[in-house]
Amino acid sequence: MTFVNNLWRNEKSREIIIQLLVLLSIGWFLSWLVANVDANFKALGKDISFEFLFIPAGYDINQYLIDYNNRDSHLRAGIVGLLNTGLVAFFGIILATVLGISVGIIRLSKNWLASKIAYWYVEFTRNVPILLQILLWHGIIINTLPHPKKAINIADVTFLSNRGFYIPKPLTENGIEFVYLFFIIAIIFSILFYKYCKKKQDLTGAQYPVFWINLSVIISLPLFAFFISGMPISLEIPALKGFNFRGGMHMSPELAALTFALGIYTAAFIAEIVRAGILAVDKGQREAAESIGLKPSKVMNLVILPQARRVIIPPLTSQYLNLTKNSSLAIAIGYMDLVATLGGISLNQTGREMETMVIVMLIYLSVSLSISALMNWYNNKAKLVGR
Amino acid sequence: MKTKILLAAATAGVMFAGSVLASTLDDVRARGKLNCIINTGLAGFAAPDDKGKWTGFDVDFCRAVAAATLGDADKVNYTTATGKTRFTKLAAGEGEILSRNTTWTFSRDVDLSQTFVGVSYYDGQGFMVPKALGVKSAKGLDGASVCIQTGTTTELNLAEFFAGNGMKYNPVPIETNAEAQELYKAGRCDVYTTDASGLYATMSSFDKPGDHMVLPEIVSKEPLGPVVRHGDDQWADIVAWTLRAMMAGEELNITSSNVKSLAAKDNKNKEINRLLGKDPLQGLSKLGLSADWAVQVISQVGNYEEVFEKNLGMSTPLKIARGANQLYKDGGLFYIPPIK
Amino acid sequence: MSLETYKPGSYPNLPPPAGTVGVYGWLKNNLFSSVSNSLLTILSVILLYYLIDSIIGWFFFDAVFDADSKIECRKINDGACWAVITRRVGQFVYGFYPEAERWRIDLTFYTMFFAFAPLLYPDLPKRKWLLWFSGIYPIFAFILINGGFFGLPKIEYSLFGGFMLTVILGVSGIVCSLPIGILLALGRQSKLTVVRTLSVCFIEFMRGVPLITLLFVASSMLNYFMPPGTNFSILVRVIIMFTFFSAAYIAEVIRGGIQAIPKGQYEAADALGLNYWQTTRFITLPQALKISIPGIVNTFIGLYKDTTLVVVIGLLDPLGIGRAALADTKWNGLSTETYLFVALFFFVSCFAMSRYSLWLENKLNTENK
Repeated sequence: MTFVNNLWRNEKSREIIIQLLVLLSIGWFLSWLVANVDANFKALGKDISFEFLFIPAGYDINQYLIDYNNRDSHLRAGIVGLLNTGLVAFFGIILATVLGISVGIIRLSKNWLASKIAYWYVEFTRNVPILLQILLWHGIIINTLPHPKKAINIADVTFLSNRGFYIPKPLTENGIEFVYLFFIIAIIFSILFYKYCKKKQDLTGAQYPVFWINLSVIISLPLFAFFISGMPISLEIPALKGFNFRGGMHMSPELAALTFALGIYTAAFIAEIVRAGILAVDKGQREAAESIGLKPSKVMNLVILPQARRVIIPPLTSQYLNLTKNSSLAIAIGYMDLVATLGGISLNQTGREMETMVIVMLIYLSVSLSISALMNWYNNKAKLVGR
Repeated sequence: MKTKILLAAATAGVMFAGSVLASTLDDVRARGKLNCIINTGLAGFAAPDDKGKWTGFDVDFCRAVAAATLGDADKVNYTTATGKTRFTKLAAGEGEILSRNTTWTFSRDVDLSQTFVGVSYYDGQGFMVPKALGVKSAKGLDGASVCIQTGTTTELNLAEFFAGNGMKYNPVPIETNAEAQELYKAGRCDVYTTDASGLYATMSSFDKPGDHMVLPEIVSKEPLGPVVRHGDDQWADIVAWTLRAMMAGEELNITSSNVKSLAAKDNKNKEINRLLGKDPLQGLSKLGLSADWAVQVISQVGNYEEVFEKNLGMSTPLKIARGANQLYKDGGLFYIPPIK
Repeated sequence: MSLETYKPGSYPNLPPPAGTVGVYGWLKNNLFSSVSNSLLTILSVILLYYLIDSIIGWFFFDAVFDADSKIECRKINDGACWAVITRRVGQFVYGFYPEAERWRIDLTFYTMFFAFAPLLYPDLPKRKWLLWFSGIYPIFAFILINGGFFGLPKIEYSLFGGFMLTVILGVSGIVCSLPIGILLALGRQSKLTVVRTLSVCFIEFMRGVPLITLLFVASSMLNYFMPPGTNFSILVRVIIMFTFFSAAYIAEVIRGGIQAIPKGQYEAADALGLNYWQTTRFITLPQALKISIPGIVNTFIGLYKDTTLVVVIGLLDPLGIGRAALADTKWNGLSTETYLFVALFFFVSCFAMSRYSLWLENKLNTENK
């Protein structure tokens, strides 16, 4: 008895005992779950197998970034869905960031009316469930835009209708490699130039318009290559054939509705984050910057934003993650994302709930975990050193 | 001195009532209510009215089974399910019957371990288009945008039909009928495809139903019927014979208005007597039903014709013709085993 | 240069310069202080004008509030047809809960405020007594809503729906997730590697996957994890999932609260010789929970909004009720009205809650200063 008592009294051994107990009970619980699944599956005559991934899916998908038809496998359908998730997340994040930062700054504006409008925008959008907003946006888009036969025609190459937004598709020809090469060179140059200017500024205080110089280099170099290599890009222009437009690049109304709804919803949260971030910078910082004679734009760019960024970026990333996760609601309006393909129609056709849901969840999980890891790395890097 | 041990994790043991041993009929009787899984909303088949009462063709079948087993058609709890969740809900025991326009297929019957007890409605997948589109046949739909209701066999039929005819299309998959309708009406799709019954239901709800038409091609067989769990043959028989009793009612001209008087007298047609409990029906006790079960079904819910006409027929906005859904002697597909 | 002096009071006080006060001054300061500002103002006015012009007429003046069907609505006027809402308001609020028993829902709902008041307003008089009520409230609510005791008829879960379902899912989700969230937060801060790892895994998993996939798990897979033959209602399964989901978020909120406690507090507790559980019970949690309340309320708002997702697995929340109404041939095609109504409901309730959370945050801020 004293031996047990001693074990328990000793902090080290007690910790080990507790951890062992926890491990045992969790292990017991997990094995109980697995045994249950096993028993249930036996009773229903089911098994766990991932072979279904390689049989033809049999259904069609309306928006795909890689080639797909209904003879392709469930796996490929899932990849198409995953890419669609990525696509809507990409557009949504751009929209949310631009809109969110503008609204956040407008909310701090001295203009009473503008800041009130920004305030009500934020309150309205973030207090209504995102699912409803997606449904409403989808309704608005398909009900207000015209039928393809009366599509809004922009310069005979771009068409807007309730079947989506059609733009010309660039088709590459021989010599395009040259343009790509120059593009890469331009990017490398910009990075080096940025580093050089930064160093120069740290040493001498001199500032160059880095952004504008880099931008013009990135645009002009590939453009130059494009012309001297004989313009190796031709455009495939969408045209109305039969029921719909054919050819060109196509953004479906579902993708548009989802992008708008997710972007506008998330922008409300981002606006609040940006506002809080700017307010979090000590007032003295701005006053000090102004008192040494910096222009208002310099005050913002060199003093306020670098400090606000440290506060803004962690919650901003979690908003991006939320946006990506919310894109799974695409299923409500028929946009074929990962949950709608692999976790939706494939699941229905094959009856393999367990396998499809495990795959879908693991994919989302790995995306969020890798972004969180990136975030932690950034946080550690951006942390204020000592105090 | 005793060592004080604090447990970090609190374990909660919750007992859930298991219900594997008792028969389904006993469960229903003990509860006094029948649990029935229905659609979340499909005009004519299952939809709540303004009072919150569910009505429709599928709903009436649930009521018929409740009348047969409990003697009261109103003793039903309705549980709603989407196309995706319906089989799991049935398997999980959330209902004794799945009466939700479910297509009888090989793999659903065999692979998913459930029992289809019969066909209550013969359907087939069709296409609806606006007349203004000028299309007369589904073969002329190359390149069209097609709204599909998902969670069903529809996607596969559609892909097969278009591929078989060498045509392309642009699918717009939608989970619920209500939503798909909105898209079709807004012109998001040129065509709406689902079971023909659903197309008529949808068309009936339009402001100008005359502006739309269902194309002649029916691209699939969709025998719809009630489903029960595998393994309780008594219950499957009860559900199957309730359906047949309603059809027999139509065949023998027993209606909700004359069933009481027919049950009270001795009829020349002995089949009527056996169905209505006047003459003994061999084996009825094995089903666990009382002698007046069919009387209850027909008097409270009606025979098949009455239920069809009330929910789907010409007097309703849906205006669905009987077509294949009539007795063999009228040219339909219903051929009921004799009640002997 | 004048050396005159002005005796105080010998001259009347002059009014502030024109243009800095009054309507004109306010306009000038707040709307037209610079060229860019004026442009912004004009843009805003144009935006507002279009918004109001197109919406208000449809919303109010041309709207029909009572009719028997959509066709009748259209005969009366061409604005919104709110009749679909007014005719079915009972369904939107109570789902299919029997009409004769609806007082039970009302009673549960109103008493909920008494139960939550002592938790949400720390300065309430007689708080101790009300706290007792808060403690027994879950049982009280369960008995009332579910029935089956004291002669109250038992109500099947399948009849639950509408806003009542939203509130039930949201509130029971958050209440059940609080204790789990606290344990997880403590686990994540624990010295014990195993406990910490497990907590982190659980939290990151729940936060990493979309709620909709968890609901699919609840609707189609949770039964596989139970011993064969067990069978419990979809409502319970969904509540379990909501609980796990929000527990992960609550854990993070409370962890924030725990981390905000000054180190000196722990050192003082150690100096007093308190053990881990005593420190947690008397030092950590009271302070951490108090500062986490606004965060918890925000988590609740999020969860409350997320309850709309249950429509995807066939439960009849307000959105589901709306869709079922649209399936009625009488009301077919009124989706804008239905969705807007549901959106308005969520806006009003969430806005009120977020105001509360803001108020509390400000109050805590001033208390700490």
